[in-house]
Amino acid sequence: MGSPLSSSLQAAEELPVSARGRAPATGLQLEGRPLRAERLIEFGLFGCAFATVLTTVGIVATLAMEALGFLREVPLSALLLDTAWTPLFVEKHFGIWPLVAGTLLTSAIALGFAVPLGLLAAIYLAEFAHWRTRRILKPALEVLAGIPSIVFGYFALVVLTPLLQEVVPGLAGFNALSPGIVIGLMVIPMIASLSEDAIRAVPGGLREAAFGLGASKLATIFRIVLPSASGGIAASAILALSRAVGETMVVAIAAGQQARLTLDPRVPIETMTAYIVQISMGDTPTGTIEYRTIFVVGAALFLMTLMMNVISHRLTRKRGAA
Amino acid sequence: MTQGARPRRRSERAFLFLAVAAVVIPLACLVLLLADVLQVGLGRIDLSFFTSFPSRKAELAGILPGLVGSVYLVLLTAAVALPLGIGAAIYLEEYGSGARLAPLIEVNVANLAGVPSIIYGLLGLGVFVRALELGRSLISGALTMALLVLPMVVVVSREALRTVPHSLREASLALGATRWQTIRRVVLPSAYPAILTGVILAISRAFGETAPLVVIGALTYVTFVPDGVDAPFTVLPIQIFNWVSRPQESFLVNAAAGIVVLLVTMLLLNATAVYLRERLQKAR
Repeated sequence: MGSPLSSSLQAAEELPVSARGRAPATGLQLEGRPLRAERLIEFGLFGCAFATVLTTVGIVATLAMEALGFLREVPLSALLLDTAWTPLFVEKHFGIWPLVAGTLLTSAIALGFAVPLGLLAAIYLAEFAHWRTRRILKPALEVLAGIPSIVFGYFALVVLTPLLQEVVPGLAGFNALSPGIVIGLMVIPMIASLSEDAIRAVPGGLREAAFGLGASKLATIFRIVLPSASGGIAASAILALSRAVGETMVVAIAAGQQARLTLDPRVPIETMTAYIVQISMGDTPTGTIEYRTIFVVGAALFLMTLMMNVISHRLTRKRGAA
Repeated sequence: MTQGARPRRRSERAFLFLAVAAVVIPLACLVLLLADVLQVGLGRIDLSFFTSFPSRKAELAGILPGLVGSVYLVLLTAAVALPLGIGAAIYLEEYGSGARLAPLIEVNVANLAGVPSIIYGLLGLGVFVRALELGRSLISGALTMALLVLPMVVVVSREALRTVPHSLREASLALGATRWQTIRRVVLPSAYPAILTGVILAISRAFGETAPLVVIGALTYVTFVPDGVDAPFTVLPIQIFNWVSRPQESFLVNAAAGIVVLLVTMLLLNATAVYLRERLQKAR
C-alpha cells in the first residue's frame, strides 16, 4: 500500500492510546473528538466512493449535452416520427426507429434462444444435477460468460453464419439471425445462474408438501417451484435483455451497417450500438450534426437499458421481501 | 430433491433429456468456437507474429502494437481503478452504516454495473478526449476503462471484505485500535487474497473490451509502439476487429491467431488469480 493514506496512518498511530477508539458498527462515538488523520482517511475513502457517483453524473451530462445540441438543430418530431435513418446521406433523415428495430430484433432473437435454454439449464442445475456434476458445469458456463465479445463476433460472422446459410434459405452474409443467436449464447450463463438462485430460494418445504400430496417431480417443478421463482426468473430475463440491447461488437461485426425498418432476420440491419461503432470508425468530423447523432443514439440506449435494469432490480427485491 | 435411485417416469426422462441438452448446447458451441480458432489460427502463430506491425500483406502482419498497447492500457487501468474501487468498497463496508450518502452510492454502483460498455466510450469521448483535452491517447483509454471496471472492482472488493468475521474487527477495536488501524492491520490483511483474486478477474475484463476504445478513437492501423501515456494507441481486440472486418480469407486467419493470443492471455490472468488465492490462503 504505497498510497498517501499510509503516511496519515502513521500520524494516527503516534497519537496516545487514550485519544483513540471509536465504536464499531453503529458509527457512534464513545469518547473524545475523532482524530484528524482518521477523519482525513474517511474523507478520502468517501471520495473514492463518490467517484462512482461522478461517473453517473458524467454519463448523464455528456449524453444530455450533446443530445440537446442535436435537438436544437433537428426537432424531436423528426427523430421520433421519421422512419428512415440516413444521417450520412445527402438527403438526411434522422428517424431513430430503424436502429431501435435492429436492436430489438437481434435482442429478441437472443432472448428467444437464451431464455428457454437458460431456464432449462437452471432447472437442471437446481433440481436434478448431482453436486459433482454441478461443480463441473457451473464453472464451464462461467467460462462462456468470460469470453470477450470480439471473439463472439468472429464466431457469429465466420463460423455460425456459414453454417446457418446451409439451413436458412436467403440468409445474407450479414444478418440479424446469427449475431442474435450468438448474443443469446453470451447471456445464457447469466439467465441460468440467476434463475438457479431464484429456484434454490424456493423453500424446500413447498416441494415436500407437493410430493406429500402425490405430485410428480415435474408437476412439482412446473406447478409449485417455477411459479414461486417467477419473479427472480423474470428479473434474470430482463437483465439479459438489457445486456443484449447493449451488446456491441457481435452486431458491429456480423449484423451489417444498413439501418432498415424490418423484422426479417435474414437481411443486413444495423443496431444502435453498431451505428455508434460505424461512426466512431469513420472519418465523420467531430462537432458536426452527423457526429452528434452517436450521443443521441447513446442517450436512447442508456435510457432503455436503465429502465430494464431498474425493473429487473425491483423484481429481485420484491422476491427478497416476500 | 431425490436422486437417481427411484425409477423415473417417461415424461420426466424426456424432460431431463431436454434439460441436459440445454446445458450441453451452449458448451458445445463453446467447444466449436475454440476448436475453430485453434484450427484456423494456431498455425499462424510464430515469433514474427508477436514482433511485427500490422501490414497490408496478411502474412507479414503482426500484433506487436496491439499487444503492447493492451498491456500498457491494462496496467494504467489497474493503477486508477484499484485504489478508487478498493477505497470505495472500504468506505461502503466499513464506514457505510453511519454515512448518509452510502445508500445512494450503493444504488448507483449497482446501476453503473448495468450500463452498456459502449456508453462508457461516449463518456470517455466527451470528458477525457474532448473536455479535458487528453486526446485519443492511451491515458484517455485507460481512464475510460478504469470507470468501466470500477463498479466490478467495488463489488468484488466488498464481497471480500464481507468475508472477514465481525469478531476480528470487534477484538481489534476493543484493544483500542482506531477504526482505520483496524481496517489497515486486521481487515485488509485477511481480505487481501480474495480482493486480489476478484480484482484480477475484473481487470482481465478490460483486456478483452473493444467497444469503448473504438468510440474514444483508438486507432486501427498503428505502425508504432506507444511511447507515453499521451500517445495514440491500439489494443489487441481492436486489431482483431480490424482483421475480422476485412473480406480476405488471409486476414481472418490473422484474426483467429489474434483471438488465440487474447484467450490464452486472459486464461493465464485468471489462472494467476486462482493460483494466488490458493497460495495466499495456504500461507496464513
